[in-house]
Amino acid sequence: MTKTTRTDLARKGSRVTRRAFTAGAGATALLAGTAPFSIIQAQGAALKVGVLLPRSGAQAGIGQDCQRGVQVAASILKDLGLPNLQIMNADTETNVEVARSQAEKLINEGAQLLVGAFDSGQSTAIAQVAEQKGIPYVINIAAAPPITEQGYKFVFRNFPVAGTILADAFANQKEIFAATGSAPKSVAFLHVNDTFGTAMKNGIGAVMPKFDMPYKIAETISYDPTARDLSVEVAKAKATGADALLVVSRLNDAILLTRELIKQRWSPMAILSMGPGWYEDQYLKTLGKLSDGPLSFVPWYDPNKKLSRQLEAAVAKAFPGINVNTNHVYTFEALLVAADAYKRAGSTNPTALADAIRKTDIKDNVSTGPGIRFNEKGQNDKLKNSAIQNRGGKLVTVAPKAASNAKVEWPMKPYDKRA
Amino acid sequence: MPAEIYLNVAVSGILTGLVYGLMALGLSVIFGVIRIVNFAHGEMMTIGMYIAIAIFSAFKLDPLVMMVPIAAVLFVFGYALQASLINPFINRPEHSQFILLVAVALVMVNGLLILFGPDAKNVQTTYAFDSFLIGPLIVDATKVYAGGAAVLVSAALFAFFRFSHLGQAIRACADNYVGALVVGLDVRRLYALTFGIGAACVGAAGAMLVLIIDVTPALGPAYTLLAFIIVITGGLGSMPGALLGGILIGFTEAMAGLLFSPSAKSMFAFGLLVLVLLFRPQGIMGKRAI
Repeated sequence: MTKTTRTDLARKGSRVTRRAFTAGAGATALLAGTAPFSIIQAQGAALKVGVLLPRSGAQAGIGQDCQRGVQVAASILKDLGLPNLQIMNADTETNVEVARSQAEKLINEGAQLLVGAFDSGQSTAIAQVAEQKGIPYVINIAAAPPITEQGYKFVFRNFPVAGTILADAFANQKEIFAATGSAPKSVAFLHVNDTFGTAMKNGIGAVMPKFDMPYKIAETISYDPTARDLSVEVAKAKATGADALLVVSRLNDAILLTRELIKQRWSPMAILSMGPGWYEDQYLKTLGKLSDGPLSFVPWYDPNKKLSRQLEAAVAKAFPGINVNTNHVYTFEALLVAADAYKRAGSTNPTALADAIRKTDIKDNVSTGPGIRFNEKGQNDKLKNSAIQNRGGKLVTVAPKAASNAKVEWPMKPYDKRA
Repeated sequence: MPAEIYLNVAVSGILTGLVYGLMALGLSVIFGVIRIVNFAHGEMMTIGMYIAIAIFSAFKLDPLVMMVPIAAVLFVFGYALQASLINPFINRPEHSQFILLVAVALVMVNGLLILFGPDAKNVQTTYAFDSFLIGPLIVDATKVYAGGAAVLVSAALFAFFRFSHLGQAIRACADNYVGALVVGLDVRRLYALTFGIGAACVGAAGAMLVLIIDVTPALGPAYTLLAFIIVITGGLGSMPGALLGGILIGFTEAMAGLLFSPSAKSMFAFGLLVLVLLFRPQGIMGKRAI
């Protein structure tokens, strides 16, 4: 009988060596430690959502206002029984190229869905990245029509396009003119010359003739959204002798325009805004009583909906003194779409998520209209707009009548008659 | 279009241009003496604007009243910057100086972003919405005050360089560097003083401009560029040229906005610059040194 040594046995692999045992035990411990965690992760892990907003630069005020919609979302989504979202914030710096690179960075860092980015130019850049990388992208606010006309499979927008905003705006204006029995005969049209402003300007040319409006556009004046002085623009508008101002602006320029109107002693019959700026909290706070009067014809929310009241309560609790506005509503709804789709998809797989978003049918929502559904282009084409008016630091809805909570003050009180 | 509108816009453009001119004056003074191009000029102006806003928020003191203290703060800042950072670069290649000042500008922008955030800020003085009605003319009160203050500060600066011994010593450094050394002038100290004076100019301009425009940390680079356009148009190193350049640019922007399109304001300012470079490369008042 041959004597077999321990070394021989080890060489033949028939026995476990001390080294092999230690390695095996380590591996087992690692597996034992991580396996339950993996199972939990698969069942209840948060969806990683990259939120791109202009948090600095010319649109910083509005971008940070959109962020409020993000901050109140978690508690509401939890109440609705929807899964958690892990928010990954990014700043587009109000710059298209930065928006593009930040979208790529977020995806590289593991973002499973993108939301943003308030501005049409920035959203267009992000949409290209999302489509290229195959990551679902839900646009919160951006109205330029081409974004959802490219045949993209991963891009969705729960916000009306410029044509819809304009059509509803003209309809609501006519309702107000009929209710008050008075209307301007001519308007001076001031607009920013960025992607949104230019799309709106082109849209007005196409849509306005269909509505047989009582006024004519005396002059169209475009300006840079980063302009620091709008005295020439207002002087030019005033010189037209128009009864009212029609504006498509942003926040900072809305404040500048108001200052110039007062300095140049011009109180038009009405300021009819078809964009952001005039109803923002920063506008109301900066100008105080001088902020009263402008009418904004914008995508808004239905104050009678259950979820609207929930959002109002959440915003009031988190940000006392801040009025719920378009920025909060549509940013919140973009996250609502994401959470709802994740719940139904049951997976973070981008294609499954995109398919789930495509089948979205949320009736219990906030925005004006029948709810959130996307057409074959990824566009929610059933949204409706409202007419709102600044009054005493608050915002009241004056049209359409079915969704209004106040009567319009018409014409606007002259600036020199205010205390 | 009514005739008075042209006059209104022209006056507004000239008043704004005066403040632009004062801002550019600082750049011209620095370049005329030290021969360094201050790429952080607009950023230094935003620092002046934020100091004005901070003082107004805390003590409700009018930026025009605080203009001299703000200029003094910027003077100390400019003096320290030149003495500590820029003087070692005086004899280095121009690209090293360029990179140094661009880096300083970036630090300033991001420092302001950290301290004050990205939101546009302004001061709401009691006369913020006032205007003067002179016949058919409506003139913005803040622009009148700011433009008037710019004229006073510029006059004081001209007087300083022409009549004071220190001013004459600085001009001597600018005219003949070796000669200034030979007669025993402390050139490095005079350089630091000059940079301080340039910074004080831009600080005073910031205190005035905050009455007219809102400030964000990102405002600096645009005004650095504007200062370059103004001093190149007026003549690099020429003090009267900087003031004239400011008025010309302010006027051109305003009238271009009125006669053509407000979107094209900057295009016309750059167009004027191209014309000057083509037909008078040294600038309108180019040869005159301070």
